[in-house]
Amino acid sequence: MTHKDEVYIEAAADNFGALCLSLHKEHCSPVMGMFARELKDDYRIYCAFISVKLKKWFFATLDIPKDNPQFPSIAKEIYSANLFEREIREMFGINPIGNPDNRRLRLHEEVWPKGSFPLRKDFVPPKEKPEGREYPFAKVEGEGVFEVPVGPVHAGIIGPGHFRFSVAGEPIVNLELRLGFSHRGVEKLLENKIPSAAVRLTECVAGDSAVAHSWAFCHAVEKIGGIKVPERAAIIRAILLELERMYNHVADIGGMAIDVGFSHPAALASIIKESIHSLNQRLTGSRFLKGINVIGGVARDIGNLDGLDSIMADFKDLKGILLSSVSFLDRVEPTGILRRETAENLGVTGLAGRASGIAIDLRQGFMETYNKLDYKLSTYSSGDCLARLKIRIDEFEGSAKLIRRLLENLPQGEILASDINFKEGYSLGYVEGWRGPVLYWVNLDGEGKIDRCKIIDPSFRSWQGLSYAVLGEIIPDFPLCNKSFDLSYPGGDL
Amino acid sequence: MSTLDKLLLCRLRKGIVTVPVEIQKVEQMGAELKKAINARFRRSFNIREVDTGSCGICEAEIIAANNPVYDVARFGVNFVASPRHADALLVTGPVGKNMLLALQKTYDAMPEPKLVITLGDCALDGGIFKESYYVEGGVSKILPVTLHIPGCPPTPLEIIEALLGLLKQ
Repeated sequence: MTHKDEVYIEAAADNFGALCLSLHKEHCSPVMGMFARELKDDYRIYCAFISVKLKKWFFATLDIPKDNPQFPSIAKEIYSANLFEREIREMFGINPIGNPDNRRLRLHEEVWPKGSFPLRKDFVPPKEKPEGREYPFAKVEGEGVFEVPVGPVHAGIIGPGHFRFSVAGEPIVNLELRLGFSHRGVEKLLENKIPSAAVRLTECVAGDSAVAHSWAFCHAVEKIGGIKVPERAAIIRAILLELERMYNHVADIGGMAIDVGFSHPAALASIIKESIHSLNQRLTGSRFLKGINVIGGVARDIGNLDGLDSIMADFKDLKGILLSSVSFLDRVEPTGILRRETAENLGVTGLAGRASGIAIDLRQGFMETYNKLDYKLSTYSSGDCLARLKIRIDEFEGSAKLIRRLLENLPQGEILASDINFKEGYSLGYVEGWRGPVLYWVNLDGEGKIDRCKIIDPSFRSWQGLSYAVLGEIIPDFPLCNKSFDLSYPGGDL
Repeated sequence: MSTLDKLLLCRLRKGIVTVPVEIQKVEQMGAELKKAINARFRRSFNIREVDTGSCGICEAEIIAANNPVYDVARFGVNFVASPRHADALLVTGPVGKNMLLALQKTYDAMPEPKLVITLGDCALDGGIFKESYYVEGGVSKILPVTLHIPGCPPTPLEIIEALLGLLKQ
């Protein structure tokens, strides 16, 4: 079954690169996702692009035989494919010929043996000894150059990741990220599960984006089965997605204030966050909006949203304090600049992309529920911490407006589809989470079980943006830059 | 009137209706917690947190326990940057293979006597990720765990309650 918003184009090994390049140029799209899937005798590679103009997704596909698992790398022409190619090599043992970086992203050399590929169907947990090879970080050498290793256990209460700074005096000349510490093998865990039993797991991919992830997954499954989600349920989902955006944005606004030592607005921001959590609790029974999305709709109805007005009144104070403090603005502007060109090359989308002038938001034209609402996109061109802060402020206020409008449109009626079925097929589910587009490409087998589920959290691509944004900044500004992106460790590591 | 009351009252005057939690309960449990910490830890119980691959919201709730509404620091519970300063190690996540060494090293860096507390369902036995090829499944296989705080994730109030239960023993 085909879907009107997805176009699949088959290629052969000799024109796969050219096809990808033409899609990339024609639609001005980075590689939004690139992944493999195992067929009977072949592996199939998918390379996904987004067309903002046509509101469609384009996939270039390439079949490669299992006995010769390799394909020509496209990362030389389209850099945003680089991480995905490395991921395919690591998870499937398919070699992207011409991609020189064979370091692993998640299955660290210290603990995982060579030649064991988890996403192959015949995978069994390896008994061999780990490779034991040390991870080769890029070295910066020269007089007065120091290396500063940070993590995976950090000073604060945050996720695990390793940052290797090279500094010449104060300024950072290179930052290398080594992630994968949160790898839990989610994509493998999803295999052979009935979709309805898998929703709960998708919520735990990145807990702070539980609604976005579970909705994107449900969207894919609902598209495959032609399941019609009742309008009331769709609008409830959108309201919860906006609430998720609000509590995360205000947490980051406070986080940016605390990272420059401005504790008073940070305290106010955390009170606002707490208020949204308790509102969430009252609406859904979960402070983090877990357990609400199910295939075909939502698990429970929501009550009234009293309290939103006072949250907005408090937020107005917060905004006033931050944007009128000269010493605060001096720290965030123009710190941590991610230039538009760099962002485009890396495939940075979502919030961080919009702060660098890339006007992609799936809520405009892609997500059906939002089509009727005239949603105003907020973009900035400076790409610094201030731009990312302002995007958050705009979107927080925008989300509140959207929630009010969604509430006005909330019809009475069912909240769960009646024709829930799981049939064979594949589709892409997508949702604009608070960090950016969350994509789930799902293939169901003949029994309606998950054969392959590729999860693409925007963090995966955007982490690299951070390592470019901090160049030339000083290490004490790193926490601020990091917070201004606030990417997900578990979302990127899967 | 405590600082928290003043802060909240100030917000109340401005029209906040969503008073987040039962403040009374926090205050009452906090007072008890403070008494227990004063008696056993000379006024400060220091915790070092380690994430071994959680989905991130256990951390969010621990951070929330430090926000002005709960503010566990005023009862003597401090989250410290170095394991050298810690009385207890608070572990979240199902223990991914990549975090095994870091977890062990953090524990080894702590001075004796030391406690290990696990937080969240994943940390107990791997939780929803139990079957995965890449998780060890549960902190207690690796370190001696004194207390487990269940939940997915436990709320700040539940965290305070569990700590109180432990320190009152």
